Amino acid sequence: MKDYYDIVVVGAGPAGSVAAKSAAKKGLSVLLIEKRQEIGDPVRCAEGVSKVWLRKHINPDSRWICADVKGSRIFSPDGSMIEMAEEVAGGEVGYVLERKLFDRALAYESAEAGAEIFVKTRATGLIIEDDFVRGVKVMHQGEEHDIRCKIVIGADGIESKIGRWAGIDTSLKPADIETCAQFLMSGTGIDQDYCYFYLGNEVAPAGYIWIFPKGKDLANVGIGILGSKSGEKTVIQYLEDFVADKFPDARILEIDVGGVPVSGSIERTTANGLILVGDAARQSDPITGGGIINAMEAGKLAGEVAYNAISVGDVSVAKLNEYEKKWRSTIGIEIDNSLIVKNVFIKFTDKELNGLAHSLKGFNFSTMSLIDLLYALFKANRKLLWDLRVLFKNVVKYELDFER
Amino acid sequence: MAIKVNKFKCGYCGACVGVCPAGALELVETWIEVDDSCTSCGICAKVCPLGAIEVSK
Repeated sequence: MKDYYDIVVVGAGPAGSVAAKSAAKKGLSVLLIEKRQEIGDPVRCAEGVSKVWLRKHINPDSRWICADVKGSRIFSPDGSMIEMAEEVAGGEVGYVLERKLFDRALAYESAEAGAEIFVKTRATGLIIEDDFVRGVKVMHQGEEHDIRCKIVIGADGIESKIGRWAGIDTSLKPADIETCAQFLMSGTGIDQDYCYFYLGNEVAPAGYIWIFPKGKDLANVGIGILGSKSGEKTVIQYLEDFVADKFPDARILEIDVGGVPVSGSIERTTANGLILVGDAARQSDPITGGGIINAMEAGKLAGEVAYNAISVGDVSVAKLNEYEKKWRSTIGIEIDNSLIVKNVFIKFTDKELNGLAHSLKGFNFSTMSLIDLLYALFKANRKLLWDLRVLFKNVVKYELDFER
Repeated sequence: MAIKVNKFKCGYCGACVGVCPAGALELVETWIEVDDSCTSCGICAKVCPLGAIEVSK
């Protein structure tokens, strides 16, 4: 480890590794640090990802793809099912990943591009001079080091401290986080071609239960509920109840837990000499909870903008505004739209959810895009979904894509 | 310290760190550290997926 780099990236998840790779590819000297001793572990993710968007960042590799999903089955509280098949979203749905290997593959690509990587190395503070972030204090194998750099990229996840240390308040309110738990299970007997979603205030208040296939007879069975609904009963208890009812004979091979930011876009993700990306920048999708693609998109933009800024010798917040503009006009629009849907969704009673499912009876989803489906829902339930009307105004302009 | 993290229950996911308004928590590799800026507000205990946090007022 040297004591100076052009860029230090904190956190080797998808956002950090892609940021490190994109900056290193431009010829910058890059240090990527990860506090865990193993990149990708422990998993805090349901591991589903859109195929099309994934390919923009890495070639799919059978070593970290567990399942190739053809459609989704969504269940309302009374058990009514809405099935969305592969052709719905234009012939491409998603993969279920093995994040432990996927995250490592992304880190490997950053190394190939020239980035240095140190694991079991934790940021303990920022070096700030004249209101500029000028480096990171790190703890590596029990010893503190000061590492100076031109730009710090904070990719330190849900528990991010980098932003806070630079004066950006990234703290989440209980209604801004989905608290999640997941079992990797064998013996559920689910159809490996489908993702399953269960909605309802009894099973998952202001959230949902998911079952994602992981190959053979494995599946991620997980749940997210809104933080404001948690407390009396913990999310792991909700999951245990669901599994006891649905899969009493299945086996649990792994327990994963985590929090997902669902706050929507935060006010600021840059400071002098600093860029935040991924969950640290609260860039996960407020309705699906998906964060991998947004993290990679933001990471790539951050690496490129950092290069532009360093090239002209200006790493001020004014110059780094290029990053704010780029992410807010791309993934930011999706995030804002999803926030509108979230704010409507979390208020539904079970009766309303059932009504919504029933209103879709007779529709042929095989020829519909997801936005067509939402629009059909809207037309049949105008009063209930009135707050969503702005989405359909935006559709034409931005070709809204919920599949990320 | 005004909260107690049961390290045998904790899944070291960091959700509590993300919601702490005081910035009093930190996820250090595989455990949670609490500093004396903790105000016992209890938000961390509320969102913990595993119910591993106890607040003493």
